[in-house]
Amino acid sequence: MKIEIKNLTVKTKDEKEILKNFSLTISEGEVHAIMGPNGTGKSTLAKVLLGDSAYEVISGDILVDGTSILDKTTDERARMGIFLAFQSPISIEGVSNTEFLKTAMNVRREEKIGLYPFLQTMNQALKDLNMDEAMMHRSLNQDFSGGERKKNEILQLKLLEPSFIILDELDSGLDVDSLRVCATNIANYLKDHPKTSVLVITHYPRILSYLPLNYVHRMNEGAIVETGDMELAKKIEKEGYLRDNVLREDVNHE
Amino acid sequence: MELKGLTEDVITQISELKNEDAWVKDYRLKSYKAFSSMEMPSFGPKVELDFSKIIYYKTSEEERIKSSWDRVNKRVKDELDTLGVLESENHMDGMGVQYESEVIYHHMIEELKKKDIIFTSIEDAMKKYPDLVKKYFGKIVSFSENKFAALNGSVFSGGSFIYIPPHTKLDRPLQSYFRIASKNMGQFERTLIIVDHDSELHYIEGCTAPTYSEASLHAAVVEIYVGENSKCRYTTIQNWAHNVYNLVTKRAMVDTNGTMEWIDGNIGSFVTMKYPCCVLKGDNSNGTCITISVASKGQQQDSGARMIHLGKNTKSKIISKSIAGNGGNATYRGKVDIKPDASNSEALVKCDTLILDSESKSDTIPVNRCQNKSSNINHEATVSKISDENLFYLMSRGIDKDRAQELIILGFLEAFREELPMEYAVELNQLLKKNL
Repeated sequence: MKIEIKNLTVKTKDEKEILKNFSLTISEGEVHAIMGPNGTGKSTLAKVLLGDSAYEVISGDILVDGTSILDKTTDERARMGIFLAFQSPISIEGVSNTEFLKTAMNVRREEKIGLYPFLQTMNQALKDLNMDEAMMHRSLNQDFSGGERKKNEILQLKLLEPSFIILDELDSGLDVDSLRVCATNIANYLKDHPKTSVLVITHYPRILSYLPLNYVHRMNEGAIVETGDMELAKKIEKEGYLRDNVLREDVNHE
Repeated sequence: MELKGLTEDVITQISELKNEDAWVKDYRLKSYKAFSSMEMPSFGPKVELDFSKIIYYKTSEEERIKSSWDRVNKRVKDELDTLGVLESENHMDGMGVQYESEVIYHHMIEELKKKDIIFTSIEDAMKKYPDLVKKYFGKIVSFSENKFAALNGSVFSGGSFIYIPPHTKLDRPLQSYFRIASKNMGQFERTLIIVDHDSELHYIEGCTAPTYSEASLHAAVVEIYVGENSKCRYTTIQNWAHNVYNLVTKRAMVDTNGTMEWIDGNIGSFVTMKYPCCVLKGDNSNGTCITISVASKGQQQDSGARMIHLGKNTKSKIISKSIAGNGGNATYRGKVDIKPDASNSEALVKCDTLILDSESKSDTIPVNRCQNKSSNINHEATVSKISDENLFYLMSRGIDKDRAQELIILGFLEAFREELPMEYAVELNQLLKKNL
């Protein structure tokens, strides 16, 4: 899937401008990473790509394979094949994981998936991710650890078979081993689905080392300010973002 | 046959039509006296009923109860078949159906007869087992209790009588189905359930009515006795039409080591006032009420539960889930009273409310009294709405907004749904879809 983000300016409901004339093109099968200090609009970008109504697009456009998706609702975009692995996946009481997964799989197919093929697919994915089968009978993400929630995002990814994947800080809250399991699963998925493109939002190069990376972008104050490759990611890890941004990050944390 | 208006004469006629013994007729007249002198409830929704315009008794056939569907009037049978009543019998050990004022159908599997289980209409039981009925009838819910219990005492007709002998268990539930098909109709069934010691019963009640412009009234009384070491579960899903007043008094008396569980779903009706009660009389007895109320446009669901702790080491649990949408009003009204002698007792009250829009209302009105030092009451309450964050998450997986809301609502009610037999859980989903 080809994604073109053209001169996108986005505000929150309380009039705060977050993305400023943001542009980025991700061609079919490419893996792009965005790094940047906290509060610079990375997660906003991820949510705006899926049409989160908490944000308002002031100007610019988002094209998927040449067609604008701005008038499409979140669920329509998802059914087109856009998938966001959330930074902090929410939990919902009483909705079982299994029920949720089956519903999400069924809304994008003509014929409902049978119980047996569904269980087979799910159990294989659980095994690949080293997840406990019992978790699937629990409520969606309820009483899941941070790491389990992240793995559950990748489980959904595997089952929903997207054409464009956005990973919003997948590596936060994952230990080294779990990160390797998740990232390897994504890398394998990309081998099987070479046309799928990826946008990775992260602070650390580690996750990128597992993926067939094409570009790394440094983002600051709502726009891309520098583009490079893995070397840029390593440089950022070593030196930090700009010195003044590091200070600003500290302020934001308080 | 149709009797309209409420007078001593009408009550006498009902009693004579039913060919009742003198003690039953006396009970009716005493109840009527109490009814006449009592005020409408001083709390809750406003009840505007013209008692002179209500039909208190109506039957289309004056024959006896049938035990085979082939002998039930074809029009009525077809109507009930469309509602899925005939199909649901396959999942039960026995079933009764009340149409307007009389029970028209009663059937239970042979095995139950061998076990000496009694499952019949209250009128039939009054004739065949008068001593058993007299021992409990009106003893758990008195006619002086409230105006609608008194009304029921005067004009009751139909309802189930169940007796489970000692050391007896059923594999599957017993079910009754109540239907109002006429406008201005009042249905006043009276149910008496006796679960003798060391036994177990699951009873299911379902109700529907078509919609008419003039309000109908359903004022039932349910009395349950749970014997020593016994367990009774009473499951209701009421789906009355949106012009029915549903004013019901339900109470269980629980003996030593006994357990009573009310699983109470309120989806339909115009106004519902219903607070299933457990009187935990015996030591170590348990009471549970899991209740949901769903109030949509024009509906007022005033429901909850009451737990009265009399015995020592008694435990009670109330879980209430209310949903208000499209301008509806869903209110929890409940009472827990741990009496001075009920030492070492525990009560838990958990009320959760989901409000779907700004036009809808909800209230939580709990009364919790703990009258001794060794006992305690825990009360938790939450009010929430469907958050944009949750909707966004579900929609980001391709699920449309309506289905996403439905998933969240069903999830909210899961504590209730998981207590229902499978086919009822499916039916509940359909009802919620239609109502919200």
